[in-house]
Amino acid sequence: MAELTSLAEAVEALIHDGDTVALEGFTHLIPVAAGQEIIRQGRRDLTLVRMTPDIIYDQMIGAGCASALVFSWGGNPGVGSLHRLRDAVEHDWPGPLRLEEHSHAGMANRYVAGAAGLPFAVLRGYVGTDLAKHTPTVAQVACPFTGEVLTAVAALNPDVAVVHAQRADRRGNVQLWGITGVQKEAVLAARRSLVTVEEVVDALDPRPGAVVLPAWVVSAVAVAPRGAHPSYAQGYYERDNGYYRDWDAISRDRTAFTGWLDRLMAAAGGPR
Amino acid sequence: MTGATGSPGWTADEMMTIAAARSLVGRTACFVGIGLPSVAANLARRLHHPGLVLVYESGTIGAKPTTPPLSIGDGELAETADSVVSVPEIFNYWLQPGRIDVGFLSAAQIDRFGNINTTVVGPDYRRPKIRLPGAGGAPEIAASCREVFVVVRHGIRTFVDRVDFVTSLGYGDGPGHRERLGLRGRGPVLVITDLGILEPDPATRELTLTTVHPGVHVDAVLAATGWDLAVADGLRSTEPPTAKELSVLRELTASDGPRAARSTGEGGLNSQSKGDER
Repeated sequence: MAELTSLAEAVEALIHDGDTVALEGFTHLIPVAAGQEIIRQGRRDLTLVRMTPDIIYDQMIGAGCASALVFSWGGNPGVGSLHRLRDAVEHDWPGPLRLEEHSHAGMANRYVAGAAGLPFAVLRGYVGTDLAKHTPTVAQVACPFTGEVLTAVAALNPDVAVVHAQRADRRGNVQLWGITGVQKEAVLAARRSLVTVEEVVDALDPRPGAVVLPAWVVSAVAVAPRGAHPSYAQGYYERDNGYYRDWDAISRDRTAFTGWLDRLMAAAGGPR
Repeated sequence: MTGATGSPGWTADEMMTIAAARSLVGRTACFVGIGLPSVAANLARRLHHPGLVLVYESGTIGAKPTTPPLSIGDGELAETADSVVSVPEIFNYWLQPGRIDVGFLSAAQIDRFGNINTTVVGPDYRRPKIRLPGAGGAPEIAASCREVFVVVRHGIRTFVDRVDFVTSLGYGDGPGHRERLGLRGRGPVLVITDLGILEPDPATRELTLTTVHPGVHVDAVLAATGWDLAVADGLRSTEPPTAKELSVLRELTASDGPRAARSTGEGGLNSQSKGDER
């Protein structure tokens, strides 16, 4: 049953050194505040999982939280590279980063299998690409009914899933709407889950297309207003495109990044 | 390599985007990659084809943004969409069965058989010269859409004889390769650049120059291509942009200044040119 707690307490309780952690969010509702709290608490040796690692993963990788990344597209959307990710892969700074690389369809199906309690998922994917040569969690499987050869991807069951939602009620039921990505699957696939929310309300009135995560499948709910910034929370605030553009210059240079990180660590309560 | 133009009144990038937008006339649904394809698809919807269904991998089906989005998950895509579905659903129910006419992609490298690389530059995957963003939705878009159009700026480091890494399969090693693998979509049938248009030769499957944009000399295209590019008999010339095409495109891209000009999207040239600065 979801416990309503502070973000710092939730990260302390749920996320440990060496864990496999998925902070999901597909452009919308990215759990940035939670990621920065993980940096602040100095977690190390994490296997970070995400379909679309963007600047929060760039920050976590640059801060030295991660030893591995499982992903399908790592970039600063519409702007360019993730320079901290590239520095880790190309030059082992601040340390080496193991990559396990998929396509979006493959990653989405890995979460689906994880959520469904199955060992793998089946799709038409990766055929003829070089991805499968480097990624051991992709294999071929024959259909038992037709014999057709299809692609199998191993289930993904993170130790912890972290997502951001618009709101929760006082019992810890969570509601998110707009582009909801793969967050439901990530939470259901994970052993533990942390949801940050814009606000806690008395009652969750219905919203078109909303996903509701019942309190009993969530480990902790923490209020983090503007916790998805610089991504957006539909109905609350817009995407801060300027932040994404500005991150390019900060992340490109180790000194500029280290200065940014020092300010993050020094800021009580954290930056917004 | 980019921005060059032999023509007064418009840039090479504008000609590319307009040519790409024209190619979508008569199509039902287009799976849109971010960056150049997104600008072109939005121009097509604005100009030639208001009914064109734009599908983004964020799960937005039938999005009608007023400005080209910076990311594939901008809020306006969801707010204007006919339907918003989860990411597993967009890939499993919508893309995989072959419901989408056209997949619209960009590339960091593309080779003579239309194979696309957005993963790494350099021979060693584990220690790349340049780490690119990766696959995203592209491998399955390239496999499952009925046809694939690629929009990419011409350049010798982009148009290579053989990609360093096959992220998304074109015609593989040549004739019959896609068929042997059981891929359902036809593969890349159009490659639209800032210099002209390449199409696969029906027999050899090699990308062949079939059209040059106004003011572009064939030699310039050959010089910007990293293999001995074949030139089709009956080489055509692109119709120049109309005043209306140019004004609508400029209106579309001016609404967020550097957005359209800078973004080359998933594994785009942006990443590569930045990498080359190092």
